[in-house]
Amino acid sequence: MEIEDGRVLVSRENRKTVGDIIVDNPRMTCRNVDVYYDDKHAIKDVSIDIGNNEVLSMIGPSGCGKSTFIRCLNRMNDTIDNCRVTGDIVMDNVNIYDKNIDVVPLRAQVGMVFQKPNPFPKSIYDNIAYGPKIHGLAANNAELDAIVETSLIKAGLWDEVKDRLGQPGTGLSGGQQQRLCIARTIAVSPEVILMDEPCSALDPIATAVIEDLITELKTQYSIVIVTHSMQQAARVSQRTAYFHLGDLIEVGPTERIFTKPRHQLTQDYITGRFG
Amino acid sequence: MNNTQKKTRRTIDIVNQSLARRYRAERRFRLYGISAIVVSLAFLAFLFVAIAANGASAFWQTYVKLDIHFSPDTLRQASLATADYQGLVKKSLRNMFPEVKNRRDKRQLYGLASPGASFQLRKIVLDNPQIIGQKRSIWVPADDDVDMLIKGHIKREGPEESRRLKDKQLAWIDQLIAEEKLEKRFNKTFFTVGDSREPELAGVWGAVMGSFFTLIVTLLLSFPVGVAAAVYLEEFAPKNRWTDLIEININNLAAVPSIVFGLLGLAVFLNFFGLPRSAPIVGGLVLTLMTLPTIIIASRSALKSVPPSIREAALGVGASKMQMVVHHVLPLALPGMLTGTIIGMARALGETAPLLMIGMVAFIVDVPAGLTDPSTALPVQVYLWADSPERGFVERTSAAIMVLLAFLITMNATAVFLRKRFERRW
Repeated sequence: MEIEDGRVLVSRENRKTVGDIIVDNPRMTCRNVDVYYDDKHAIKDVSIDIGNNEVLSMIGPSGCGKSTFIRCLNRMNDTIDNCRVTGDIVMDNVNIYDKNIDVVPLRAQVGMVFQKPNPFPKSIYDNIAYGPKIHGLAANNAELDAIVETSLIKAGLWDEVKDRLGQPGTGLSGGQQQRLCIARTIAVSPEVILMDEPCSALDPIATAVIEDLITELKTQYSIVIVTHSMQQAARVSQRTAYFHLGDLIEVGPTERIFTKPRHQLTQDYITGRFG
Repeated sequence: MNNTQKKTRRTIDIVNQSLARRYRAERRFRLYGISAIVVSLAFLAFLFVAIAANGASAFWQTYVKLDIHFSPDTLRQASLATADYQGLVKKSLRNMFPEVKNRRDKRQLYGLASPGASFQLRKIVLDNPQIIGQKRSIWVPADDDVDMLIKGHIKREGPEESRRLKDKQLAWIDQLIAEEKLEKRFNKTFFTVGDSREPELAGVWGAVMGSFFTLIVTLLLSFPVGVAAAVYLEEFAPKNRWTDLIEININNLAAVPSIVFGLLGLAVFLNFFGLPRSAPIVGGLVLTLMTLPTIIIASRSALKSVPPSIREAALGVGASKMQMVVHHVLPLALPGMLTGTIIGMARALGETAPLLMIGMVAFIVDVPAGLTDPSTALPVQVYLWADSPERGFVERTSAAIMVLLAFLITMNATAVFLRKRFERRW
């Protein structure tokens, strides 16, 4: 049903997505995506576009499926045995869930930053250099050094670690570790970066640093970020998607979602009635 | 107001009451723990002291100094290998005690030196034929009865007919001691030769080499196969009924009595494949079968304990599954796998029963030089000597146990050292 920007809200019972799922010139297109864990229907018929050079944030109460959905975008769900995904997720005119798609190049193209900082138990240098090495992105050591340096600079970590690249990545502080993980993701030059609650284990100052970083990275990458903090979504993202119990309830420009939500459930969530 | 105050005080009282009881329980528990450790340490100390006290004397052996004349009459160049070296020993003994004439006394006199003395002379002559015609003073091993007497393991008292050493022999021994021609020296023989029926000529080196070759085969087969099986089952295999069945069977195999593996080895390796009997290669194969389940189970739990975040991190940057396993999971799991291997190898080293079934219990004198030479193993050697009637084998049994323990400690120390090297410091 079509509604005005006036305050007539879609009722709670209606679980059809409202708002603008389609964008011009999308980077990835998801259509009718369903995810099942055995019999549990975790994601129900979700369709959404991910635009070029935009930050799309996904919000919603715990267990609503936003993390499950983001993990579909680079097929990380493949590692879960009983997980089944149907529907189309198209990138560069190819359905990434096609039988003959190789996940290795896909994951090089769609990088991921996880909830808990998870640097390899190796040196800072090796953490960044690992991805370029396995993909053969650097022809020689000088090129590899350059990739490591630019990645760390982009992640805003270079000045803090340039003198101790040989030291273990796990010896950094939590915020630094997370930026190291972001640098590691950037080092492979992906086109899309998925971030699964990247700040949930960090203090407010480290969070602010990462948020600035996200805003900067937006100019080169498409970013999808799952967050529990509505303030964070409001600060960093251009578009926001609200998930509720596996349904994509509402998508739209971040400002509109937080000021004039069209769905009753979105309204309830952002006003703190549940969550 | 009054009511809340009353309530608060009561809660604290209850807590304090139970607090004393909780601390008492904790103290009691600690006491149990400490006493358990003390008891087990006491048993261990008792064991070590008993073995060391019994076995230490085996590292010393009584030798007799004989003046040997390598007479050219006895030693003709043509038959140096088969010459009458025993005659040289006898002649030398006769020269030392010229008063002995009677034939029975002579036999008693010859009994003072070990039958191995002639082998020693033969070796000297074969190594250096120029010695023929010269006179030399040579220390040769004394007979085991003499050795036992010197070490105080058999008595001088009692009626002569029930003693192993007769009155005359005792007198000769005393005379030799007085002339400083009989003394205890370090028992090199024990560490350099294989088994013998004579305790004074028996050594543990054949068994050490047998154990060494057997364990090399076991390690080279069971570690790679076990790790590969664990990695496949844990990281690659689909979880279905078949893999469940395999897992259950591996767990069951770990509990199979070891002699059953011996029977399997006898039936398969010896009878079906026709591999040589008593050979370390077969022993190694049998012990591999026995050790594999231990290594697989330990390796799988080591792989399971690698945090999933590391796997996700590797997959997230686009590593293939193989790269994830080889670059990230295996290095982190390796210390745990090595621990499992140490446990498995230690068990394999101490295993006797399966080796009995494939003939490694045979009496083998030669030190094995390779994987297919007949040989025995340290625990089997202990078993064989413990079964021998000669008094001299009692101390050698304990000494062999000490060598076995030293072997075990060396092996484990090496493994722990390697594990420390591999272990990530962060």
